[in-house]
Amino acid sequence: MSEPGGQVAVGRRVFLGLIGLGAAGVVLGAGAQQKIGRVLGSGLASLLPGGDRFQIYSVSDSFPSISPDSYRLSVSGLVERPVTLTLADLEAMPSVSLVRTFQCVTGWRVPGVHWQGVRLGDVLDAVEVKPTAVALAFDSYDGVDTESLTLDQARLPDVIIAYSMLGGPIASEHGGPVRLYVAPMFGYKSLKWLSAIRVVDTVEPGYWEQNGYPANGWLDGSTSPRA
Amino acid sequence: MRVLRFDSVQRTAHWANATLFAILMLTALPLYFASIERLVGRHVLIAEIHVWAGVALPIPVLVSLIGPWGARMRQDVRRINRWTEEELRWVLSFGRGHRLMFDKFNPGQKLNAIFVAASIVIMLGTGSILKWFNLFPVSWRTGATFVHDVMTWVIFFAVLGHIALALSHPASLRSMLRGWVTEDWAEQHAPRWLEELGKTGLTQRDPRSDPDTAR
Repeated sequence: MSEPGGQVAVGRRVFLGLIGLGAAGVVLGAGAQQKIGRVLGSGLASLLPGGDRFQIYSVSDSFPSISPDSYRLSVSGLVERPVTLTLADLEAMPSVSLVRTFQCVTGWRVPGVHWQGVRLGDVLDAVEVKPTAVALAFDSYDGVDTESLTLDQARLPDVIIAYSMLGGPIASEHGGPVRLYVAPMFGYKSLKWLSAIRVVDTVEPGYWEQNGYPANGWLDGSTSPRA
Repeated sequence: MRVLRFDSVQRTAHWANATLFAILMLTALPLYFASIERLVGRHVLIAEIHVWAGVALPIPVLVSLIGPWGARMRQDVRRINRWTEEELRWVLSFGRGHRLMFDKFNPGQKLNAIFVAASIVIMLGTGSILKWFNLFPVSWRTGATFVHDVMTWVIFFAVLGHIALALSHPASLRSMLRGWVTEDWAEQHAPRWLEELGKTGLTQRDPRSDPDTAR
């Protein structure tokens, strides 16, 4: 251990040791974080550094602020009966509740997030999609973000137009009052501040897709369009 | 009598590194806290600045180490690496115990330098996984987020402590700004280093013969 003159290479050891610890954290951190979350409960764990917490992304310069009363969702394009829905219209439709782990494509995750909303498939049935339709294009009140889903993906039972999250109205930084929640895919597919759904005849790559993210961002890592 | 502690290469590297750390820490605030993000917005621009400052992070240290200008930097890295048994005992007893003949850097300063060097590697590594995520399995991305977040907190406290110590030790701070310390200071804070300089008879003890300290 000692080198000539009674000197020890402590620097190199501590340096490499810290880097080794960091590498172990990368490989094993997901499991460790889950255990901490189970022991402490997600609420408490979210207060710890590295704990389960949402990282807030917005692609525009600020969070759009939309009052629940003035909220409107337009559904148009290749449909028999285009509509503009209010928040009350959505709340009057049959609702579904989901409890899922929210998983970002960059790695952060929040387990046990509660969602409530309307099945996207139910809305599509109500407006009667024309046979030439292939996909949906989504717009956001932020004026920048866009998303897409194929019709088959949109009709999955856990793809919803959400108006409740974490047991209450959706906060503005989470995309409230109404956002998309595409449970089987990574978080970037769940467009915030949903303003419009256009039924179209081709998949229009959305904001993140134009920035290199796969159009089909399934949580298992698959990028095929399968529904 | 003035003694050169940091040459201009080391000082430039230190302040370039400190500037990058400051940019990274400031841009980290809105990326980490939604309440600050709400105030400043411009998420995409801030994320972009954070990523590119991160990519640049190892440059000052690496450039100062390589090449003919890096002799002093390399010498100090060797100093920071090599510890005597006394230094090890001193740090393990949290600075209590017997009085230590301090080297150019005391064990706490050595640990700080080692920590900063390791953080650069860890933050660049985990940050790269988050940025270029499609090259890595999802569980690694989650682990990298975990490590990046935990290290962020540790770095914030380490940097704040570093700044507090610098401000409360003006002679040390001045040596990082202008390069030199007084011989009295060295005798008090780095006697082993001063003794070493005396033995090797380095001309840098005389500031007039050293362009770095002659101003």
